[in-house]
Amino acid sequence: MMTRRSFVRVWPPRRHAVAALCGVVLAAVVLGTGAVMPAQAQEQGHSLVGRPAPAFVLKDFQQKTLRLSQYRGKVVLLNFWASWCAPCQAEMPTFAQWQSQYHGKVQVIGVNMDDEMPKAQAVARKLKVNYPLVIGTAHLGELYGGIYGLPVSFVIDAQGRVRGEYQGGNHVEQIHAEIEHLLAHSSR
Amino acid sequence: MALTGATAMAQPRAGQVFTPKHITIPQSARIQPAQLAAMIRSGHAPTILQVGFTTLYEEAHIPGAIHAGPAISGAGLALLRKTAEHLDRHKLLVIYCGCCPWPKCPNIRPAFEALRKMGFTNVKAVYIRDNFGTDWIQHGYPTVKGA
Repeated sequence: MMTRRSFVRVWPPRRHAVAALCGVVLAAVVLGTGAVMPAQAQEQGHSLVGRPAPAFVLKDFQQKTLRLSQYRGKVVLLNFWASWCAPCQAEMPTFAQWQSQYHGKVQVIGVNMDDEMPKAQAVARKLKVNYPLVIGTAHLGELYGGIYGLPVSFVIDAQGRVRGEYQGGNHVEQIHAEIEHLLAHSSR
Repeated sequence: MALTGATAMAQPRAGQVFTPKHITIPQSARIQPAQLAAMIRSGHAPTILQVGFTTLYEEAHIPGAIHAGPAISGAGLALLRKTAEHLDRHKLLVIYCGCCPWPKCPNIRPAFEALRKMGFTNVKAVYIRDNFGTDWIQHGYPTVKGA
């Protein structure tokens, strides 16, 4: 399947690029316990498009464990957001609509980067978020190439590869197009 | 904190996105990323406070920057005031966030105003137009990863 690249983030600048990785190790971050399993190495700041989405194990807002791997077979929209982020709040209702609209073929996961949970929980209630929200960490942000501004979204295909990476809140149409493309390919 | 007139700042309610539009940071109180990077590289780095969110600071920050936020929250403002309490009120003090595009940043303006009210006369905010990644890291400016 052809990799479609939308808004690819590339950093740091090429003069600081390090030679390609020579091996990978899978990583998960367990919130609360601090346990770290072997990590999938990522050169910080390089695009993840075309690569396996870094695995993670995190707690959601209800303290239930959520693993990215449990959604293998679905198209996943992984959205980093925060309660103080206006562009985040603007797009989340659309993500909630997709969560319903695609009848289980698409899974939205929100990764919250707030310092304080109550505000995040209040915003989630206000926006009627109907998809899992997990508590993000700096380490998870690093695994995903560095989350230095919000929102950031990743579209992950049913095989677990990152197919799109979107910085900022004005990419809803591109994200939708990528999801539709992946669903169309998977139905063939 | 004494709140006065037009610069009084309400604490955001839970779930409210707070954009204190009535607080402006004039051009004279801004510093461009390239300028600050040059100061750091020449060994003349000022005191730098990161007034944004903890996770963003922990992922990457400007070398020597002290986390003193997020200024949008009461707890973050308290941390900012405590951090700045013993600093020289007249020496250059640089603050930055970089969580969001400049007009939308919920932290930079409350931090700027809080420091002015503490009596700081030489506060400059790093003008981060889009976000810390785009406007600082991507330019190859000095960066430290981790808290």
